[in-house]
Amino acid sequence: MDAIILQILNGLDKGSAYALIALGLTLIFGTLGVVNFAHGALFMIGAFCAVTLSKILNLSFETIDPTQTDFLGNPLKVKTPYMESWFGPEIGASIIDWSVPLAILFSIPVMVCVGFIMERGLIKHFYKREHADQILVTFGLAIVLQEVIKYFYGANPIPTPAPDVFKGSFDFGSMLGFDPNVIIYPYWRLVYFFFSAVVIGGVFAFLQFTTFGMVVRAGMADRETVGLLGINIDKRFTIMFGVAAAVAGLAGVMYAPINSPNYHMGMDFLVLSFVVVVVGGMGSLPGAVLAGFLLGVLESFASMNEIKSLIPGIDQIIIYVVAIIILLTRPRGLMGRKGVMEE
Amino acid sequence: MLGLNKKDMTLMIVVTILTLSAPFILNPFPTDSAMAQFNAGYPDLMQRFAIFGIFAIGFNILFGLTGYLSFGHAAFLGVGSYSVVWMYKLLDYNVIWGLPLAVVTSGIFALLIGYVSLRRSGIYFSILTLAFAQMSFNLAYSVLTPITNGETGLQVYNNDPQVLMGANEATSPHLFGLVMNSSAKVGVGAWEFTFNNGYYFCGVIAILMFYLSIRIFRSPFGMMLRAIKSNQTRMAYTGLNPRPYTLAAFVISGMYAGLAGGLLASMDPLAGAERMQWTASGEVVLMTILGGAGTLMGPVLGAGFIKYFENIFSKINDTVLHSWFSFLPDGLEDFVVIIIHPFIGKGWHLTLGILFMLVVTFLPGGLVEGGQRIAAFIKNRRKKDDTSAKTEPAE
Repeated sequence: MDAIILQILNGLDKGSAYALIALGLTLIFGTLGVVNFAHGALFMIGAFCAVTLSKILNLSFETIDPTQTDFLGNPLKVKTPYMESWFGPEIGASIIDWSVPLAILFSIPVMVCVGFIMERGLIKHFYKREHADQILVTFGLAIVLQEVIKYFYGANPIPTPAPDVFKGSFDFGSMLGFDPNVIIYPYWRLVYFFFSAVVIGGVFAFLQFTTFGMVVRAGMADRETVGLLGINIDKRFTIMFGVAAAVAGLAGVMYAPINSPNYHMGMDFLVLSFVVVVVGGMGSLPGAVLAGFLLGVLESFASMNEIKSLIPGIDQIIIYVVAIIILLTRPRGLMGRKGVMEE
Repeated sequence: MLGLNKKDMTLMIVVTILTLSAPFILNPFPTDSAMAQFNAGYPDLMQRFAIFGIFAIGFNILFGLTGYLSFGHAAFLGVGSYSVVWMYKLLDYNVIWGLPLAVVTSGIFALLIGYVSLRRSGIYFSILTLAFAQMSFNLAYSVLTPITNGETGLQVYNNDPQVLMGANEATSPHLFGLVMNSSAKVGVGAWEFTFNNGYYFCGVIAILMFYLSIRIFRSPFGMMLRAIKSNQTRMAYTGLNPRPYTLAAFVISGMYAGLAGGLLASMDPLAGAERMQWTASGEVVLMTILGGAGTLMGPVLGAGFIKYFENIFSKINDTVLHSWFSFLPDGLEDFVVIIIHPFIGKGWHLTLGILFMLVVTFLPGGLVEGGQRIAAFIKNRRKKDDTSAKTEPAE
């Protein structure tokens, strides 16, 4: 029992990342009908927003402190981050410490801008083209974005720590009444899970309970009719693209402490999130979320030693196997709408 | 002749001549001149031209004719490489055992994967093939280590059986004693030309494969494949089942990929799992699209283009740039170098990505279509007719 709970917990954080990326992909596909291979790159840009903000906050100036000397007897140069000099050492230090959560605020406008530029500048011209062309051009874009990031940040992963409060793990098992030290869970992963739940809830609430969301949903169901009613649906879809980019970016920002961002993290996630979208059902938002968590949890179950000894290598391929089975038996995915991309 | 019409025969002859004289053509600059770094006439690169040409020709039979975009062709490349290296390990270094096996095993793999993936079309097909390729890649890295030697890559060790190994047989890949990586160098004036056995081996196979692809393009079977691309439903209504045709195309292109992988291992007796990664599949897609999908020459051009510029661009550095732009005033020179800097050297992929986006957006027919447009433009200007510039559909 405790092992099962542990695996479910382990699967949740990866599942949350899959779910967030897949949610964005589905938003784009459902609204604009575009297959966006550059979505993984958006996730990566989000993670690098966190890196950038923590670098900015750590900008510091050097002063020569005559009271301290280094080992040669010269006055020591002391680096003081601007943050500490502006806000006082304590508040400054905690601002720097909280750089990743602060990056959430920083990344939303950045990602929305990136999304707008992408949609207006490139993807707009591909609505009427074949899906293959869309895949190809966004694939090219993904390469470009990845290389640009690599040019500015280098090829090595950049560690971006979470705030001190969330470092370390806690004993989740003893809270639930199991033996202590059986279910140990890192704080940040729990934070990630709750964060993604909030984001997903936010997106759904936005679509469900606002007039804007209602129009967007109507547009997803029948774009032409909504257009005929005199609503500028294109503009709304562009905004949804920005929202989708922001969701991917947020997933990336919060993922930075779990896995140090590097320039190809987007590609690594992209393949999996496509599989997630397909399993969930192309164009179905709840399906994407459900499949994200489901596959995340399945993956962590498959990496249990008991199962690995039964079927060696299953942890590496479980997601793909599930995807293949689903695609062949239920082509519209778990919760796909009937008739959408069902061929 | 050879079942080709006149136009195709001309193309075939041109390709043959170009391939056989590549060591001359690709080596236009004298060895000691400053431009020598743009020479592509060295064996390693020429072999890559031929091998990736084969890979792209094969991919084009699937994507160019049927329109099914596979994102998992690198898996077959890897399978081919592994089969050839296994033959080195078990029998001996003669490539004659490994290459047919590479074609057969990759064909079987393609049959299995294709049978399943081709039940879906469009984006689902792309994702299914991607999933299969990633699966093979992950398995090759982890569980299949006894067969693939995992991260280290498969290679020949001293204690391998090599049952057919003769007493004084070459200890690198060869064809009945013709050692692949040995080459003859001929100096003509300031030029030095390298004639490499491996290149000619790959080149001859590439010519044969090119011939085969012309025959496929012109055959009734090729017609069927085109029918699948243009309208599958109509084809089904005419009473033809498209699936056997697509499956055949998939298997053929898988076999091409296997052969290319086998040749990679014939030039360098190594096989690593990274050859199967999906970025490698992406590369062949890039080559085909860049050159012109659905055309005969396009994929070959694309493969050559990408491999050549990959090599050349990676070699250019800031010093070279400074020497090029030294005629400009100092400030301007530095500025130009700074602007170009991100696109060269390690930034080659950036250039490639931008180029690829431009091609997909503005020139869906690839380099071949670009060439045709330019040719049509020149023709029009010469004639000064008011006939509008019509672009031929890429063919």
